[in-house]
Amino acid sequence: MTTTTRIERHHYDVVVIGAGGAGLRAAIEARLAGKKTAIISKSLFGKAHTVMAEGGAAAAMGNVNSRDNWQVHFRDTMRGGKFLNNFRMAELHAKESPQRIWELETYGALFDRTKDGKISQRNFGGHEYPRLAHVGDRTGLELIRTLQQKIVSLQQEDQREHGSYDARIRVFSETTITELLLDGDRIAGAFGYYRESGEFVLFEAPAVVLATGGVGRSYKVTSNSWEYTGDGHALALRAGATLINMEFLQFHPTGMVWPPSVKGILVTESVRGDGGVLRNSEGKRFMFDYVPDVFRKQYAETEEEADRWYTDPDNNRRPPELLPRDEVARAINSEVKAGRGSPAGGVFLDIASRRSGDEIRRRLPSMYHQFKELADVDITAEPMEVGPTCHYVMGGVEVDPDSGAAFGHVRGLFAAGEVSGGMHGSNRLGGNSLSDLLVFGKRAGGHAASYADGLPARPKVAVAAVEAAVETALAPLQRDTGESPYTLQQDLQAVMGDLVGIIRREGELEDALSRLAELRERVAKVSAAGGRRYNPGWHLALDLRNMLVVSECTAKAALERQESRGGHTREDYPAMEPKWRQVNLVCALDGDTVRLIRKPLPKMRPELIGLFDRAELAKYLTDEELADFDALVPDAGEADNR
Amino acid sequence: MSAKRQFRIWRGDETGGDLQDYMVEVNEGEVVLDIIHRLQATDAPDLACRWNCKAGKCGSCSMEINGKPRLGCMTRMSTFGDEETVTVTPLRTFPVIRDLVTDVSFNYEKARETPAFAPPEDVAPGDYRMQQVDVERSQEFRKCIECFLCQTVCHVIRDHDENKQAFSGPRYFIRAAELDMHPLDTRTDRKEYAQAEQGLGFCNITKCCTEVCPEHIKITDNGIIPMKERVVDRRYDPLVWLGSKIFRRGETPQTSVTTARQGSATPPSTSRGGVHSHAGGSHDPQAEAQAQSGVNWHREVPHPTAPAVDDRGRLPLTELTFDRAAAPSPFGDDVTFPLPPEHLNFAHPEQDKH
Ligand SMILES: Cc1cc2nc3c(=O)[nH]c(=O)nc-3n(C[C@H](O)[C@H](O)[C@H](O)COP(=O)(O)OP(=O)(O)OC[C@H]3O[C@@H](n4cnc5c(N)ncnc54)[C@H](O)[C@@H]3O)c2cc1C
Ligand code: SF4
Ligand code: SF4
Ligand code: FES
Repeated sequence: MTTTTRIERHHYDVVVIGAGGAGLRAAIEARLAGKKTAIISKSLFGKAHTVMAEGGAAAAMGNVNSRDNWQVHFRDTMRGGKFLNNFRMAELHAKESPQRIWELETYGALFDRTKDGKISQRNFGGHEYPRLAHVGDRTGLELIRTLQQKIVSLQQEDQREHGSYDARIRVFSETTITELLLDGDRIAGAFGYYRESGEFVLFEAPAVVLATGGVGRSYKVTSNSWEYTGDGHALALRAGATLINMEFLQFHPTGMVWPPSVKGILVTESVRGDGGVLRNSEGKRFMFDYVPDVFRKQYAETEEEADRWYTDPDNNRRPPELLPRDEVARAINSEVKAGRGSPAGGVFLDIASRRSGDEIRRRLPSMYHQFKELADVDITAEPMEVGPTCHYVMGGVEVDPDSGAAFGHVRGLFAAGEVSGGMHGSNRLGGNSLSDLLVFGKRAGGHAASYADGLPARPKVAVAAVEAAVETALAPLQRDTGESPYTLQQDLQAVMGDLVGIIRREGELEDALSRLAELRERVAKVSAAGGRRYNPGWHLALDLRNMLVVSECTAKAALERQESRGGHTREDYPAMEPKWRQVNLVCALDGDTVRLIRKPLPKMRPELIGLFDRAELAKYLTDEELADFDALVPDAGEADNR
Repeated sequence: MSAKRQFRIWRGDETGGDLQDYMVEVNEGEVVLDIIHRLQATDAPDLACRWNCKAGKCGSCSMEINGKPRLGCMTRMSTFGDEETVTVTPLRTFPVIRDLVTDVSFNYEKARETPAFAPPEDVAPGDYRMQQVDVERSQEFRKCIECFLCQTVCHVIRDHDENKQAFSGPRYFIRAAELDMHPLDTRTDRKEYAQAEQGLGFCNITKCCTEVCPEHIKITDNGIIPMKERVVDRRYDPLVWLGSKIFRRGETPQTSVTTARQGSATPPSTSRGGVHSHAGGSHDPQAEAQAQSGVNWHREVPHPTAPAVDDRGRLPLTELTFDRAAAPSPFGDDVTFPLPPEHLNFAHPEQDKH
């Protein structure tokens, strides 16, 4: 059967899977390094998930508050991730993101400006100083469009030089990769299909960069689109790479909960940065009751102080509405559980009574627009109903911090962006993702290019592997006895949403694992009606197996980690446990089953750990670690020179 | 609150297809895209439709709903009457792939042809300084989510495949405008490019593109018209040309000028006006090319006629103050297109040398 299947073949030096911020930045870098580069994307060029980011991109440029620098950014990132971050990634990110943002300006980006003509920066939850470069509330769109246009400009150069736009960098849009192909332990290529025609395509390439984004589609209430089925995570696992931190998922505290059909769409955090407050059904501004001890020093205790902060941030502490988002999500969850929620099961986010209509329309134009058009809600006149929504996965491919090369037993595989893990630890700060995409996208693209350069011979794709991939891809179309992919997806979403959601319990997690095992058998027999041309049912059927294996990783890791930290909250282990901070949970694939490995966290270099207050570290570190710290940094008490 | 509603959806591919009827459940607060998803999960699992964000941010879910190009995720069901049948068809201007999915590669080709941002060479990254007021004009156009609704609605290509080669469409006019207004872009020929390569001249400012834009970008008022205005100023207005020449050389130009042809009276066009009229747009790309290259540079330049400018020295082109549905042709309402090359009121900058 397989011999009759037509397969288009392409040869590239670097294949980038994913056309979001990370993928495009990686591709630009690979092309600038002189490599023949392909960009592959499930949707059209310029439509990846990155367009949805609203708030901004965090970079310590110090344009608004000159006291900001990379050290402060580094500290905020580590704090936000509850010290579970890979410190080296957090360090590189804090150091390099200003350059990456400035570079975008040379590609044509137009950020909002300060009075003296520099890039304006706004406040955001978890960041000590105004730090997010932004364009109104459509920063992600600006980012992706800028990178898209930079790629076009490179193609125009190639057209002038080589007579073809596609000579050295080509975009394959609406193309899905279903399998990575190996030659021994080296990447040899990627196999997939054109969504449009259903025809198969094989990319032979020695280096592959994964930039496929996240996994949110496995949840019922999510801000993520159909693209987010964890393909990159699953591809990496199957190729022999490992995933870390999969138990940490970010639930955005303020997704829309009403009207029902737009459930999950996010209300940007800048609504809170610009003065919005959270109230329960009794009208109480409840966030003051939920400031955890570690943050008490930085947050206001009275409404008066909090309100003064908006105009005088240097002499007042910030309002508790600007706590890191997991704290806010948890607070909302508790209010709803205590019966003080809104009619639709959320809480009220009120900016209408606090800012003038004009000001709201000016500062939050697309938020205003979106609510008006989508739900006929006028945010200048009435409060919004919001609640926690699955938003971002901190976990991902375990990579070498400097190069983005995947760990495990595979070579030639790189990962950047949401699909990679480690950078954000147990929780990501708002705005850190967009800059993460640029910093590590560039690194992964550059290192993939030099890896390809250093190879003595190109790895070869095995015919048998391609035949197997074809067979797997066609299987759902050839069965007509199995269940509909839509039903299976709904069931999977129910398991994950109900049992591996924002608040987790041991019994429920065990239950989830046995249900996932049942689902695995049903998914193996899924059947899709219709033909191969642009058939969304078939596409979903193929995505399901990725969603499933990634969900298993999350459930297993969540069961194993007996503490609450960042994006992982265990009702039965509500406290943060310093011993668990020393452990990363790593997932690998043994044949078909997910295996969990405990791995010690890399140790922070002395000059980095010296950036923190001893008192602050005491909340996170074990006694032995603190003793080490005292030995390393004798004058630790004064090291905090804010 | 849910009720069954009648939907008619176009199903088929490039070989043909037809409208199929579905009865679907509709709940309060839902949008058209929700209904499509419900159909996929029930009656029509292989119904093809693009979408990503479901929040009006990515521009994937463009379709024609009751004949009007719209975003499926931003069209609330409550905007239709209770008994109204909702008809959903693919974008008409682009070839169908399957069901509601069309081949929009035309747009990506045009994007690829539009010259990219040209950064200033002597400004280092990090040293870019721009004022908010100056970036705002370009920022308006950068709001574009590339839904291509404006492209699909534009009559120049909607039913005229033959124009596609010479016409980039409103999305790419505003891209040119955006770069033209970019405070630090170093290319100075954006408007000339729009006129010569993008087919800006085809556009007769019917404003349909502005009307459908989900981002409410004032495509015509803020993008196309200023581009035309300045193209007129710089390139086609002999007075401006003369002035710049005098300025540059500091001497009277050597061009001899006849007085005989003053006010060349072409009969007023009969076909201008209506929303979808083609007045002012040349339909034959070849004619346009000919007009550009086939000019006899040795002929005598007609006497310059001042354009009908207002007291600010601008052409009266604002749509708000104008008494007709569409703005006037920047070439004068009495001029029919394509112009015969021999009547071109245009002087080549280097004609003296020939
Ligand atoms: C609503 C929303 C708001 C957000 N706001 C912010 C914010 O304000 N600030 C911030 O920093 N972050 C924000 N984020 C997070 C941030 O946008 C994402 O984490 C980030 O854009 C991910 O980028 P990426 O490059 O990793 O992947 P994406 O941009 O998601 O791109 C993934 C790409 O991979 C492709 N792909 C996936 N699987 C395959 C496959 N099998 N074959 C081929 N291609 C494939 C997809 O088609 C797509 O092109 C937000 C996220 C959401 C959902
Ligand atoms: S104004 Fe009319 S003719 Fe001009 S681009 Fe817009 S839709 Fe097309
Ligand atoms: S200009 Fe408006 S209508 Fe045209 S593609 Fe952009 S967003 Fe869509
Ligand atoms: S789905 Fe993104 S605009 Fe409709």
